[in-house]
Amino acid sequence: MKRILKSKKSLKDKADWVRRETIRIHGIAPQTRVASSLSCVEILTALYYGKVLSFDKRGKKSAKRDRLVLSKGHGAVSIYPILADLGFFNPRELRRVCQAGSFLGSIPDTLIPGIETTNGSLGHGLGVSCGISIALRLAKDRHKVFALIGDGELYEGSVWEAVMFAGHHKLSNIIAIVDNNGISMLDYCRRIIDLRPYEQKFRAFGWKAETVDGHDVLALRQCLARLKSDKTRYPKVVIAKTVKGKGVPSLESDALCHIKSLSNNEVSDLLKGADEE
Amino acid sequence: MKNNMHKTMRDAFLDEVHRKMRQDKKIFFLCADFGAPVLDKIRRDFPQRFINVGIAEQNMINIATGLSLEGFKVFTYAIAPFLTMRSYEQNRVNLSIHSQVSPLNVNLIGVGAGVSYEVSGPTHHCLEDISIMRLLPNFMVFSPSDWVLAAKLADACLNLNCPKYLRFDAKPLMKIYGSEMHKADFEKGYSELAAGRKVCLVATGYMTHTALSACRQLQKDGFSCGVLDVFRLKPLNEEGLGRILKKYDNVVTMEEAFIEKGGLDSAVLRLLHKKGICAGFSSIGFKDKYDFRLGNREHLHRLNGIDTAGVVMAVKKLMQIKRGRKR
Repeated sequence: MKRILKSKKSLKDKADWVRRETIRIHGIAPQTRVASSLSCVEILTALYYGKVLSFDKRGKKSAKRDRLVLSKGHGAVSIYPILADLGFFNPRELRRVCQAGSFLGSIPDTLIPGIETTNGSLGHGLGVSCGISIALRLAKDRHKVFALIGDGELYEGSVWEAVMFAGHHKLSNIIAIVDNNGISMLDYCRRIIDLRPYEQKFRAFGWKAETVDGHDVLALRQCLARLKSDKTRYPKVVIAKTVKGKGVPSLESDALCHIKSLSNNEVSDLLKGADEE
Repeated sequence: MKNNMHKTMRDAFLDEVHRKMRQDKKIFFLCADFGAPVLDKIRRDFPQRFINVGIAEQNMINIATGLSLEGFKVFTYAIAPFLTMRSYEQNRVNLSIHSQVSPLNVNLIGVGAGVSYEVSGPTHHCLEDISIMRLLPNFMVFSPSDWVLAAKLADACLNLNCPKYLRFDAKPLMKIYGSEMHKADFEKGYSELAAGRKVCLVATGYMTHTALSACRQLQKDGFSCGVLDVFRLKPLNEEGLGRILKKYDNVVTMEEAFIEKGGLDSAVLRLLHKKGICAGFSSIGFKDKYDFRLGNREHLHRLNGIDTAGVVMAVKKLMQIKRGRKR
């Protein structure tokens, strides 16, 4: 656990490192959804390196762990460098993402050490989290269930089945994080179906909701840690305001960035400065 | 309950589950706002391990997934078409796909096989489920023909660590497996209820009852007829069934479901082909249409030519064709 970072600067550095590694992975595997993976870099960094998530590199073999459900499967390859760095699997695997023989695909699945659920089809993770939550509660296990969901994913009706269920049953050990990058696959969410304000919708179903800058890793860490120790009987949700394609100007400004891949040149330009450092 | 010979599959099954829940603390029961007299006992005695999730089948399967990830053996209970089709994608992603990596013991109890909800129309008729649930890898599919089998199935559900679909009739049906309990063997997956030579009726669920009455009629008319009750539809016991079917000249499958679309008929036809069995073949079931007509089940079966008389006629026709070909 020595890699868990204590100083503020190093947490930010870690997020930058995760961002670069995510871009590097995209260079190896252009099929990965890079823009969506870049918006949740700080969220994953805060969880894993900010002492928020209790984890064990033995994964499911250890009961002493919080559960992280990556419901927004497409946009989560940024978890690969983190899991490799923390010893879940050999970092060499990062160099062959999406290649024959690798277990790291463009969407994380349960073959990967550290991944809890089958992801990739949207709208399932929060409901699965409800089941995990009830099981933990029955076992008087105080570990939490974190669920990372996309804002585009909120259009799946099954998400709201889970939202109302968790609210009614007061599943207070659930902490959902909405990666609110504002863009679904083909357009801005506000132009598809504008679900804002998000907080009120969750609150109406009995959730505690907070909004936070999803790229301020320190604010995120603080918010998530606070909600983790929150003793109120509500399920919690963090609306993390993010930018899709964060860190890559050509993606940040593009409504279609979800389906965009970066060219090899763009990838090497983005990595150049960092690799020289 | 008409008499002690008649009982619903769900009551017999849930009674067993209720008993098991007392011994095994790792059993959880979810229902999608769908009841049964025996369910009230489960709800009353195990309030910690029973949840009515509301009319939300998708969420029910997702919750079941989460519970089973944490080591629970889960039963999910709903009306068959909604449990299978409304939440098909949840069944596929969270149960079927997931179970390939680590098996999840989630048991889907679907009530309302075929047209057992006779007057509720096509939304409640469940004619697609055999095909589509058989399609999912890592799933097992069971289709008992009476409540004795259904009750015995509870044990199998707890012992077999994989997702399962249980296709239950909604109506109280006559007992078939009374004195012959040994025939209710889920490892074998079928039982030979009558043996013959000319034609074998291979049936599942409610249609096994029709098969038995058609068999009696055919035997009376001088045809040597057998009946196989196939209650484990996936995996199909191809070896066992093949050994029996090769003794027959003709095979007729019977299911209260769509035919020619990947159901029992398709499975048996493939098995005959695979085993090189050259029998005449016909399938009894619903053709490629929904049925909006009203009336009781017998009436609907008559209209669709799958009642006893319809089966007897189809069998005789098949044997005539076969004879014609031989000439």
